[in-house]
Amino acid sequence: MAARKTTKKPNVSAEELTSHYREMLLIRRFEEKAGQLYGMGLIGGFCHLYIGQEAVVVGLEAAAEEGDKRITSYRDHGHMLACGMDPDGVMAELTGREGGYSKGKGGSMHMFSKEKHFYGGHGIVGAQVPLGAGLAFADKYKGNGRVTFAYFGDGAANQGQIYETFNMAALWQLPVIFVIENNQYAMGTAQARSTSTPELFTRGEAFGIPGEAVDGMNVLTVKDAGERAVAHCRAGKGPYILEVKTYRYRGHSMSDPAKYRTREEVQKMRSERDPIEQVREMLLTGKHASEDDLKAIDKEIKDIVNKSADFSKESPEPHLDELWTDIYAETIPQHSA
Amino acid sequence: MATEILMPALSPTMEEGTLAKWLVKEGDTVSSGDILAEIETDKATMEFEAVDEGVIGKILIPEGTEGVKVNTAIAVLLAEGESADDVAAAAPAAKEAPTAEAPAAPAPAVAAAAPQEAPKVDETPDWPEGTALKQQTVREALRDAMAEEMRRTDEVYLMGEEVAEYQGAYKISQGLLDEFGSKRVIDTPITEHGFAGIAVGSAFGGLMPIVEFMTFNFAMQAIDQIINSAAKTLYMSGGQMGCPIVFRGPNGAAARVGAQHSQDYAAWYMQIPGLKVAMPYSASDAKGLLKSAIRDPNPVIFLENEILYGRSFDVPDLDDYTVPFGKARIWREGSDVTIVSFGIGMTYALEAAEKLAEDGISAEVIDLRTLRPMDLPTVIKSVMKTNRLVTVEEGWPQGSVGSYIASEVMQQAFDYLDAPVVTCTGKDVPMPYAANLEKHALVTTDEVIAAVKQVTYR
Ligand SMILES: Cc1ncc(C[n+]2csc(CCOP(=O)(O)OP(=O)(O)O)c2C)c(N)n1
Ligand SMILES: [Mg+2]
Repeated sequence: MAARKTTKKPNVSAEELTSHYREMLLIRRFEEKAGQLYGMGLIGGFCHLYIGQEAVVVGLEAAAEEGDKRITSYRDHGHMLACGMDPDGVMAELTGREGGYSKGKGGSMHMFSKEKHFYGGHGIVGAQVPLGAGLAFADKYKGNGRVTFAYFGDGAANQGQIYETFNMAALWQLPVIFVIENNQYAMGTAQARSTSTPELFTRGEAFGIPGEAVDGMNVLTVKDAGERAVAHCRAGKGPYILEVKTYRYRGHSMSDPAKYRTREEVQKMRSERDPIEQVREMLLTGKHASEDDLKAIDKEIKDIVNKSADFSKESPEPHLDELWTDIYAETIPQHSA
Repeated sequence: MATEILMPALSPTMEEGTLAKWLVKEGDTVSSGDILAEIETDKATMEFEAVDEGVIGKILIPEGTEGVKVNTAIAVLLAEGESADDVAAAAPAAKEAPTAEAPAAPAPAVAAAAPQEAPKVDETPDWPEGTALKQQTVREALRDAMAEEMRRTDEVYLMGEEVAEYQGAYKISQGLLDEFGSKRVIDTPITEHGFAGIAVGSAFGGLMPIVEFMTFNFAMQAIDQIINSAAKTLYMSGGQMGCPIVFRGPNGAAARVGAQHSQDYAAWYMQIPGLKVAMPYSASDAKGLLKSAIRDPNPVIFLENEILYGRSFDVPDLDDYTVPFGKARIWREGSDVTIVSFGIGMTYALEAAEKLAEDGISAEVIDLRTLRPMDLPTVIKSVMKTNRLVTVEEGWPQGSVGSYIASEVMQQAFDYLDAPVVTCTGKDVPMPYAANLEKHALVTTDEVIAAVKQVTYR
């Protein structure tokens, strides 16, 4: 139940490393573009970027299987891209257009994809955690062997409903992985200022839920931990906690003056721990890829992101009739799939 | 003296039951705790124990009897030295608790046949003529109100997410940490239900907390403590324990923040006896009402609006400016129609009145300022003059503030209405994110103008 240090270098193929690189880069470039579109007034409201945290979702998605579920907070763009949702549809939702995943009605914080088993996109801090356990409840009920990744932040980790959920998830042995994305800040509050015990991975101890702390800037250690957690859940042993130590480079949302930390702190993280740079290094030093290969990937990603931006601008605004649709259902949408 | 053993009520809803079985017989000596009988209700069979000691003198209801009403005598218990023969003489009728005369509920002011006297309203101006005024934003006014009250007494403190070091998510508490220190300006974790409960407890303990919710959307996490603990305790304690607390923060739609972050809670909280509800529009009202709210011995829901925070208004330059609860403000006098609103709804009401004036329609615009208590007399007095009423709010139509006003005006001033009241509200949909849809989801000035034209038959 104690923190497990993963010192061994996992064996990893060139192919796998390249794909991690590509996926993390896609998130990074996509988020940079979103920031740019926000600045141009094309995206409105709250927009929380994932830059710096890419290794968390990419590592964990590498441990997931088809049919596994994921649910997260409002800082959700990375999760959507990592689980294979279409960048066009995500970007068009950010601009509030018809071609967005929620037809423009959800926005940055509220997106869903039944096809990719992505259950949102939730704006209320902590609320997605019991929902994630509920998804796992349904899977256990159906006996389909699926697991759910329920992501939440270090700030969210203080919400009461999370502990109610821990108790029931353990009591009922639900196949849910609680992923605490500890990026050290909840808006302007450094973690130490809001938590009486900083070791979040031990928060399940009272309920008998095993937990471990993970270096979230390293995609391979994240994947490794993810595999342990998934194996635990799939073996029917109940929930598992991963406290993934990560860092967000940008402000909490687009309107954050960021006076609560120094520029040096951010810079140090970027230059010493950047998850994409780390993989880039591994690819080059291990001679898995050449500079040219990586350039080609960069170009490929840039094209995907530019295309999504174009799509998000060209897709029309939703028809005014959409105001009045989707308030009540005629049939249960989850059943019609 | 012989005592009667009465048919017990074994659940809060039981009115009668079956005396299934006697476990004692006449002449048996019993002491407290002995099981006397089994009683069946529609839900269960329960054992019935003796409370007093003595001898069973007479069994009045034989076992197997159904439909025995609660409180009927089922047996007689004799004290030492008494005989069963004394029983008939004893057995006084079961005493009933004296019933209090039911007080009449405040009689609904049923519309008397017109002509009816105009209700009395307090028309004193908010500040004396000649008072110096300064321009202030709503944001500054709110901060000043808190700072002044915190200077007045150190029982007042502020608690919430990001209120201290970050200076407030919307910068309402700017500078307060510096002036009052971390004992009185307290950053909480993101745990609304918990800290709302702690604040309510501290009010029971003699403090006067101001709780800032980053937005009222997140107060839904805490709504049980607000309603079940803060609003009801005075009543439940028979007046012993009050809860002087202010729950404040931005309410309603901001801009493009979607369905979970765009709700107007005015009508929700307005329903709760025990709460007071303020929803200011201008900076002077924000200041004067917040100061009154902090001093109020009751829990106050103080609904602000993010879009209004940056707007400037005249604020009287007085040492201690307060605005009483339950006193509406007439922003514009008029004779053709009454427009009633509050909070950000006033923006549409005033804009509409301005445009209507160009068409020769004279609108009287009333800002309710507080929703509970609500200054209905001012509304009714105005309707008696204009005979037409339109209400404006951003909240949803079903169970809206406007529908309450409409029903009261109908009951109290029916004969004065020349047209049905029209309530302008937000659309009956969750708030969409897309810019074009959001615009349509909110109430608009054009809709207010159309409503006025409808009630004035133009
Ligand atoms: C119940 C609730 N309270 C407050 C907020 C406002 N809020 C949005 S994000 C946030 C900080 C959350 O921090 P953390 O859980 O660490 O996640 P991060 O943003 O770092 O990913 C707050 C206070 C909210 N959305 N919901
Ligand atoms: Mg965080």
